[in-house]
Amino acid sequence: MDKPFAITLDPGSSLANRTGSWRTSRPVYLDRLPPCNKQCPAGEDIQGWLFHAESGDYESAWRHLTKDNPFPAIMGRVCYHTCEGACNRGRLDEAVGINSVEHFLGDEALKRGWKLTPPASDSGKHVLVVGAGPSGMSAAYHLRRFGHRVTVYEAGPLLGGMMRFGIPKYRLPRDILEAEMQRVVELGVTVKLNNKVENILDTMREGKFDAAFLAVGAHIGKRAMIPAGDAAKVIDAISLLRSMEGEDKPMLGRRVVVYGGGNTAIDVARTAKRMGAEPLIVYRRTREKMPAHDFEVEEAMQEGIMVKWLSTIKQAHESSLTIEKMALDSKGFPQPTGEFETIEADSLVLALGQDVDLGLLEGVPGLQVSDGVVQVGANMMTGHPGIFAGGDMVPAERNVTVGIGHGKQAARHIDAWLRDEEYTPPPQREVAVFENLNTWYYADAPKTVRPMLDIIRRQSTFDEVQGGLDESNALFEARRCLSCGNCFECDNCYGVCPDNAVIKLGPGKRFQFNYDYCKGCGMCVAECPCGAIKMEAEEI
Amino acid sequence: MLKQTEGSHAVAEAVALCRPEVICAYPISPQTHIVEGLGEMVKAGEVENCEFINVESEFAAMSVAIGSSATGARTYTATASQGLLFMVEAVFNAAGLGLPIVMTVANRAIGAPINIWNDHSDSLSQRDCGWIQLFAETNQEALDLHIQAFKLAEEVSLPVMVCMDGFILTHAYERVDVPTQEQVDAFLPPYEPRQVLDPKEPVSIGAMVGPEAFSEVRYLAHAKQMQALERIPELAEQFKAVFGRDSGGLTHSYLTGDADTIVVAMGSVLGTIKDTVDEMRAAGEKIGVLGITSYRPFPIDNVRAALQNAQRVVVLEKSLAVGIGGILSTDVRMAMSGLQLHGHTVVAGLGGRAITRKSLATLFAKATRGELGHLTFLDLDWNVVNKQLERERTTRRSGPAAESMLRDIGVVAARIG
Amino acid sequence: MSFQPVHFYQTGTFTVGNRLLSPEERSVQANLERTNSLNSGHRACQGCGEALGARYAIDAAMNAARGRLIAANATGCLEVFSTPYPETSWQIPWIHSLFGNTAAVATGIAAAIKVKRQQGQMADVRVVAQGGDGGTTDIGFGCLSGMFERNDDVLYICYDNGGYMNTGVQRSSATPPAARTATTMPVGPEPGNAFGQGKFVPAIAMAHEIPYVATATVADLRDLEHKVTKAMGIRGARYIHILVPCPLGWGAASQDTILLARLAKETGIFPVFEAEHGEVTGVLKIRRQQPVDAYLKLQKRYAHLFGKKPAVETIARLQAAADKNIRKYGLLDQEAN
Repeated sequence: MDKPFAITLDPGSSLANRTGSWRTSRPVYLDRLPPCNKQCPAGEDIQGWLFHAESGDYESAWRHLTKDNPFPAIMGRVCYHTCEGACNRGRLDEAVGINSVEHFLGDEALKRGWKLTPPASDSGKHVLVVGAGPSGMSAAYHLRRFGHRVTVYEAGPLLGGMMRFGIPKYRLPRDILEAEMQRVVELGVTVKLNNKVENILDTMREGKFDAAFLAVGAHIGKRAMIPAGDAAKVIDAISLLRSMEGEDKPMLGRRVVVYGGGNTAIDVARTAKRMGAEPLIVYRRTREKMPAHDFEVEEAMQEGIMVKWLSTIKQAHESSLTIEKMALDSKGFPQPTGEFETIEADSLVLALGQDVDLGLLEGVPGLQVSDGVVQVGANMMTGHPGIFAGGDMVPAERNVTVGIGHGKQAARHIDAWLRDEEYTPPPQREVAVFENLNTWYYADAPKTVRPMLDIIRRQSTFDEVQGGLDESNALFEARRCLSCGNCFECDNCYGVCPDNAVIKLGPGKRFQFNYDYCKGCGMCVAECPCGAIKMEAEEI
Repeated sequence: MLKQTEGSHAVAEAVALCRPEVICAYPISPQTHIVEGLGEMVKAGEVENCEFINVESEFAAMSVAIGSSATGARTYTATASQGLLFMVEAVFNAAGLGLPIVMTVANRAIGAPINIWNDHSDSLSQRDCGWIQLFAETNQEALDLHIQAFKLAEEVSLPVMVCMDGFILTHAYERVDVPTQEQVDAFLPPYEPRQVLDPKEPVSIGAMVGPEAFSEVRYLAHAKQMQALERIPELAEQFKAVFGRDSGGLTHSYLTGDADTIVVAMGSVLGTIKDTVDEMRAAGEKIGVLGITSYRPFPIDNVRAALQNAQRVVVLEKSLAVGIGGILSTDVRMAMSGLQLHGHTVVAGLGGRAITRKSLATLFAKATRGELGHLTFLDLDWNVVNKQLERERTTRRSGPAAESMLRDIGVVAARIG
Repeated sequence: MSFQPVHFYQTGTFTVGNRLLSPEERSVQANLERTNSLNSGHRACQGCGEALGARYAIDAAMNAARGRLIAANATGCLEVFSTPYPETSWQIPWIHSLFGNTAAVATGIAAAIKVKRQQGQMADVRVVAQGGDGGTTDIGFGCLSGMFERNDDVLYICYDNGGYMNTGVQRSSATPPAARTATTMPVGPEPGNAFGQGKFVPAIAMAHEIPYVATATVADLRDLEHKVTKAMGIRGARYIHILVPCPLGWGAASQDTILLARLAKETGIFPVFEAEHGEVTGVLKIRRQQPVDAYLKLQKRYAHLFGKKPAVETIARLQAAADKNIRKYGLLDQEAN
């Protein structure tokens, strides 16, 4: 074409005009820490595994998840999922059902027979783990993945620790528990059951262990000083729950009184109900003050379990209990009123907390114990070099998820310690708060509720109460994730840039800014649904 | 083929023979018969592959023409007077973009007062718009110039106005020789645009150009007209070879060789002038005529060569540069620059005022005697003008001048008493 | 409305793209291979809504026309920032003639294409005309109306930013009431534009009973692309009026361009609908209704309403106008989504 001078121009020639020089601030991509991840005691990358689940790639999701926590099927049932309380979606409609998707992924893995990734190398080091509960098995898994030889000593006859002896079947079916434990064993972890460690130093010396992780749990039921007649049947909750795992089921009678207000009290009462008893919980304060999780109390009451609030047990007799009514003082503490009554009871179960059996630690130099638990540093190591501890035996909230988190953390520090190094966690990323999001882009979608077992079977059998999601609704639920702070490749930045200054790198590769043309308008930041871009002042 | 036909229809037939692809039509007297004629021919299938578009204004007509021409279609439209002025912005734009549109201007006066009759005020107002302007003396030449105009426009990539006197030519039935399609096809090849909107080779046409290049762009527009100055006589030669007629070119000289007095004019009035000159020649007066066909580009060298041996030049023009005098005269005088000649401007025929042989004979006789002033208004009714001027001297505001004068000459007075 | 948004959760249909959508459900703008008809290096202000709207619309038109598209462009911001010599940002055949003749130029292009096609010299190339609100609703209105009534095969796209922004923010017939411009100041007692003036060209386009008229904003990309694609599937005169916020003229932050377009729609100030042959056939419902203040307060052109003594009555009139749109077009739907 014979183009006239100046009037007619070649297409796209404006690329010669680098408008990036106009910019006073520049957008940068970042991965903010999603609040769910921040909240998770087990340190799961929840947003990360949901990302895979959203596309229906459940195996990748499961593999991503199990990098941090090898027990999703267990977690999906017993974790108290505080992540959901932190979920930003809760401010939009309802929190994402993280726990239910985890439940689905865990079950899917068991159904499909997915195996954990075996270690790539062998370090030649040998680590002793004491206790095959959540914390111990979590540590065993992570240590094995680091390439260390791992031997677990378990005092009891089965794997699972408190998950088996403290959590009733109707919340955690035993085949699920067993399967996830075995999967860790299959990685090459040696387990010695019925093998109580009497003295840690002796055992380490004898077994030539290079380090040890102690996670013996808290198995000793606390006894309150309740005067009881010889004929009175008084047992502790942990013993009761443990005996449920054996051949000889405990004889509790019809009228079972459970004393306490924690989750264990609820577990015991619901267990007794399923054994045909009529359980009554006696608790010294009110429902609002009850430490048990609300949903567990709710489920128990649905199942017909009665609670006697503001009551303490003063005395146990052969077939009755003396109760004193309490009243809350101005500070909310229960105070005796001097009013008594008698209730009939065939047995009394005490669910007043547990203590740790610290016998194995006697004579260990440097080790500190206070308030009945072992003191550890930020690296989970006790005062004695090479001996680490976690789970219920160290000062922390006592639940499965915390224990699993301890196991992972300890494994990282043990791994570093074995190499004479120090593990430094990656710097904490800034948290993706609700205000970072542009929620316009998320369609309204209510939470999917997992099916509940019908009430008759809940009252009479140990069948699992809470069902799982099926594939379609697990996918739906996964897709409710807002992907807080982490790019999910929605193409918004690529689309909304008036200057075509965003380069799309292709599926899975995210985007790049073309600073030659980016004028720094900030539209990409404003319209990023998940807060994965921020503006930074340009150095001029 | 010889036929007796109306000027407008002769032009319509010529345009049709040029195989136009887009025709924009909007009615305005005295141009309307041309597009009507074309419309009939398109409807009758005599013009194939042609889009005939009834637009809503002359501004739209030229704008549609810009679009179609830029997309590679041979494009034609016609207008006059107010219509030309209404499309002015687009007229300049078409030239600036170098689009070879051909447009007939059926020359007509510009209001106010509104007037539908012939003079050259309309196209001469577009003196500097960048279009080539060719003036036809006869209907035959009007016909021929359209055929040449397409070829010229497309070769130099500039738009061309073919100017013909409204009514005097457009509505006159005369004998014309209408060429055959074969002749026209032999002369005029299919349009090959210099630049075109085409997805196969995308370009941006119509960029904003700043001080750094604007002068160059404007100079190049001038240079293209200078090229046209060379091409116009060549095309007239080629035309003659195919069609056997002298038509077009830059200027036509008539008895100028030994003339002491040369009358310069454009358009159909040249016929009357030549008749008058013939009479004066018969009486022994050395007088000749220079007809200007190409007003833009203006053939300075040709005009100068034609005039340099004369003693006086009378520019008779159907236009008025209010406040100075002549429009054509200014250009002619530029060509005469340095020549020791007497120059006279005669403004004649405004708004369709008849230019009679009698008036011309008187005028030219006066000129040859050396009694003609620099600026003359032919056949002006001084009685009316002086009365009005007198009124305006005594009262600052005297009402609309046109109405007052009409009253003076009795037209209004007769009706309203 | 015939357009059914894809029911999709994590990201819904509201984002530009989504890795989880099948390719045919993705927007044109999400495509790695999108035309970028208006390329980088143009000189529009930071956050320019018109630059964005033009790329959205023309890329969609290019997609629908399989790359065979010619555009005519009115004088104005879009023209000036895209084609200053020696560089053009356009990657398609494009022509700028004048401020007021774009619809007619497009008519000419369409006529030429028709003739060239008849002669087998050209493929089925489609024509888009585009201009700002000044070039469309004011100076170009005659040519626009002419193109409409002849039902010429042209898609005309108006990028409405409510004023003459290129020349320094003067009032146009699309300037909304109460908005302040450089030329509303000297007229009348208020600094903002008078009530009861101006025209809504989509309604006038509908009065021509042309095959397709639609409004859209840069905040609803999928809706915009759907409308452009639909318009490109129709022959004859079509008109799409796109609201494109102008950070400069509206006195808004450059990152708020899309937010403002969204608020204009969510408040009811700017009704988003489509019409065929003069009748409304679909509306984009308000999803999260907002009071007009939410929209007005982000813009300095309305700052005079929110001084020490807020102009409560003026704001109420603007709210009433939005409410009237909501009633007239049925913009609220309890069952929406």
